[in-house]
Amino acid sequence: MALQSLDIARRSATTTPSPSVRQATEVAKLIDVSTCIGCKACQAACLEWNDLRDEVGSNVGVYDNPADLTENSWTVMRFAEVEEAGKLEWLIRKDGCMHCADPGCVKACPAPGAIIQYANGIVDFHEENCIGCGYCITGCPFNVPRLSKKDGKAYKCTLCSDRVAVGQAPACIKSCPTGALQFGSKEQMKDYAAQRIADLKERGYKDAGLYDPPGVGGTHVMYVLHHADRPQLYSGLPADPAISPLVHLWKGVTKPLATAVMAVVGFAGLFHYVTKGPNEVSKETEKEVEKEDAA
Amino acid sequence: MIRDPKDLQRYTAPERANHWVVGMSFILLALSGLTLFHPLYWPLTNLFGGGTWTRILHPFLGVLMALSFIALFVRFKALNVMTQTDWAWVNRVKEMVEGDDHNMPEQGKYNGGQKLLFWALAVCMLLLLVSGVMLWRAYFNLPVGMVRFGAVIHAASAAFMIGLITVHVYAAIWVKGTIRAMWYGTVTRAWAKQHHRSWYRQMTGK
Repeated sequence: MALQSLDIARRSATTTPSPSVRQATEVAKLIDVSTCIGCKACQAACLEWNDLRDEVGSNVGVYDNPADLTENSWTVMRFAEVEEAGKLEWLIRKDGCMHCADPGCVKACPAPGAIIQYANGIVDFHEENCIGCGYCITGCPFNVPRLSKKDGKAYKCTLCSDRVAVGQAPACIKSCPTGALQFGSKEQMKDYAAQRIADLKERGYKDAGLYDPPGVGGTHVMYVLHHADRPQLYSGLPADPAISPLVHLWKGVTKPLATAVMAVVGFAGLFHYVTKGPNEVSKETEKEVEKEDAA
Repeated sequence: MIRDPKDLQRYTAPERANHWVVGMSFILLALSGLTLFHPLYWPLTNLFGGGTWTRILHPFLGVLMALSFIALFVRFKALNVMTQTDWAWVNRVKEMVEGDDHNMPEQGKYNGGQKLLFWALAVCMLLLLVSGVMLWRAYFNLPVGMVRFGAVIHAASAAFMIGLITVHVYAAIWVKGTIRAMWYGTVTRAWAKQHHRSWYRQMTGK
């Protein structure tokens, strides 16, 4: 969604600075997996605030419903059953956009202004500029954006940029009955997480920790995990996410390099023509052929 | 429209039509593909009715180019087999570029450079087709690792092919009397004798 803004940190497919005079505090959503009960109130609140309805799906034998993120469901609870030290653990993770500080979607997006990163850290899709190529999906290290079958545009969590812009917390935060979802400045959230982690450690989760992966410059959605040493346990949360080197190659050095090569080849032709002149049939050959034909 | 009955037929009408289907689809593909590659080229989306139309049309044009190139490939592949004379020509291409082609080895219908270009284009076409399918999210949803690899291959082979076609077009402009072969099919005997002497002999029996 587009909001008139003077605090744009990054704009997709744009090589000059965007309006950025206004300062903003970095915000973050903290998801405390250890206190989440999997009620899906956040999913319902997300659909309600954003006025979206997903298709009614079918039970696939697990609690995950819908089974995956969609263009309508920007957040889903993922339920993993894991055996740790002979005990069953039910690890429930609220999945959705992580709002990376270094977003792969922005790197890959070819449409100017289809993806905006605000100074507060929110990465927002502006669907009116989206062309539907799906490069954001290719660039994303977390497999988050989804192309709509209805309009061909890409959708994902906005971190309720419209609410945050007017000083409100995201809808999902408002709905959480256990306080597993917190929202505030990134610093505040880190401090809050530190308390939670100390508590978890006291209760025997010696590997408890904060998930704020440095490979993507940190994220503006962070997790408190009981097993921060193995994030993969939580329905495949990547241990060390980063923009793929292939995406860097494709949307990094290749762009200026290929443009330079094409320009050099073009100019080489022009200057070859004006320095060496055209390659014309010589008078000599013309005369030879005339003679041969006359004979 | 026979200017001189002695002119030599270089391309038949179906060959020319086929070439121009490939050529036009290539130009449209290059213009639309570049817009998705670097913001510098984004204004070119206006030629196609905006960004979304560019994204929709590009892959279909790609299918058109692939099919028409396959037809062109079948027509011309036998004529493009490299021979020893062709390699000798390639080794002395510097003289040619310098503008002195008097001592170049005698060439058949195509010279070594044209033949190498033909094969290089065939390889690019294949890479672009396969990697292009990987990127076509409207109809294919392939594993993301494959899509990322495809994206690099697609961009690199496309840029390389734009370079090759620039050389191809420039060669046709540089060597006077060449472009008419692709417009209306004939070349003058003198042109043939100077640039493709053994083809000239074969055609005229001289």
